[in-house]
Amino acid sequence: MEKGKTLNPKPLTQNLEKMELLELFFKSIFIENMVFATFLGMCSYLAVSKKVSTAVGLGAAVIFVLLITVPLNWLLDQYILQPGALKWLGAEYADYDLSFLSFILFIATIATMVQLVEIIVEKFSPSLYNSLGIFLPLIAVNCAILGGSLFMQSREIPTLTAATVYGLGSGIGWFLAIIAIAAIREKIRYSNVPAPLRGLGITFIITGLMAIGFMSFGGMLTGGKDGGSKQETISKVAIEKIKEEVESIKK
Amino acid sequence: MALLNKKDAALITDPLFDNNPITIQVLGICSALAITAQLEASIVMTVSVLFVLGIGNVVISLMRNIIPSKIRIIVQLVVVAALVIIVDLVLKAFAYELSKTLSVFVGLIITNCIIMGRFEAFALANGPWRSFLDGIGNALGYGVILIIVGFFRELLGTGDLLGLGQKLLGHPLLGNPIPGELSGAYAFGYENNGFMLLAPMALIVLGIVIWVQRSRNTDLIESH
Repeated sequence: MEKGKTLNPKPLTQNLEKMELLELFFKSIFIENMVFATFLGMCSYLAVSKKVSTAVGLGAAVIFVLLITVPLNWLLDQYILQPGALKWLGAEYADYDLSFLSFILFIATIATMVQLVEIIVEKFSPSLYNSLGIFLPLIAVNCAILGGSLFMQSREIPTLTAATVYGLGSGIGWFLAIIAIAAIREKIRYSNVPAPLRGLGITFIITGLMAIGFMSFGGMLTGGKDGGSKQETISKVAIEKIKEEVESIKK
Repeated sequence: MALLNKKDAALITDPLFDNNPITIQVLGICSALAITAQLEASIVMTVSVLFVLGIGNVVISLMRNIIPSKIRIIVQLVVVAALVIIVDLVLKAFAYELSKTLSVFVGLIITNCIIMGRFEAFALANGPWRSFLDGIGNALGYGVILIIVGFFRELLGTGDLLGLGQKLLGHPLLGNPIPGELSGAYAFGYENNGFMLLAPMALIVLGIVIWVQRSRNTDLIESH
């Protein structure tokens, strides 16, 4: 994170255009889908996707926890962790940079929030607890949750609203992914998969094919103008490298 | 081996193949997929996990009798988070470019299920020395898969391999001895497959690794 750029925590009510929020929402669901683009939360995605009903439970719990922890960690990041974020305590704290503590604070927040949510849900809504409850402890160590907060930090999401939208969108993206794979796995039981591929192997390959499908959402927000831009930058970098080497050999 | 008796040696060799954390125990998949577009990143990730899991297992094993079982998850998370902060700071100090490539995935070692899994399953019930060996073994098993996937993705995707690829395949544009012409395999019409660098191929390559492994050792086949 660049110093100086983040010296002033931005006001919470900074007006982001609604269009931008909507864009962030769709981007976090489809284009930067947690499972298909960044592989977050793969462990529980593979372990709990044998039946649609359990997958729905875990997916809902992930949406719920991401929706709570991402904005919360955004506040922590903005007012405690960033370089200069402690300014509100007084001018003598303005130089402090606690960003090295972010891993430990984020994971502590997540673990406590998960415990808290579990207790509250158990008290007020036993029926919800029965469907979500068993998955909540699993979630504290789900990398999708910590990943959500870390991406929120590294992408410098500007406002609290945007952080909430990002948390919600990422959660929904994960939910979609796990439901889709669970539905496919329920059907694939009746197919004749080669024996060594059964179970884990075929699940990986199907997820790969689904990820290819999700890549086609890449042009959704740009009208396809910069679809394949990643590819271009890669080849550009390669060409630059080659040119440099040609130069050095000529010398 | 004089240092290790047979039982201890099995702690290291088992997770390498027949009880591999990624392909058999299905732990720690996230990072295995995300950072394998480059072999160098895979190797650094392996070393980081080796450090965190080796030391973390010893620490948890030493504390196993004083951790109240109700809050053990939080204690474990704090131990891992502290170790990961060390790794992150070291990477930022000595390999800044690489730490940019790995981005959030260094932080995500905290929630890497291999680590929590080994703490729960092994370190809480065994002494420090055996826990250390178990940690090393599992981290190496994780690393083997990372390096295999990273090897194929980097080689086929960019034609490069830790800067050695041009000796293997020749050069796409730079010809030897005439600059500007294709050389090596490229002269015969070989082309890099940029698709290997994109996310989906990580999954498919890992699927193929699992396929090969289970074809060789049919005991590992799942019923469904």
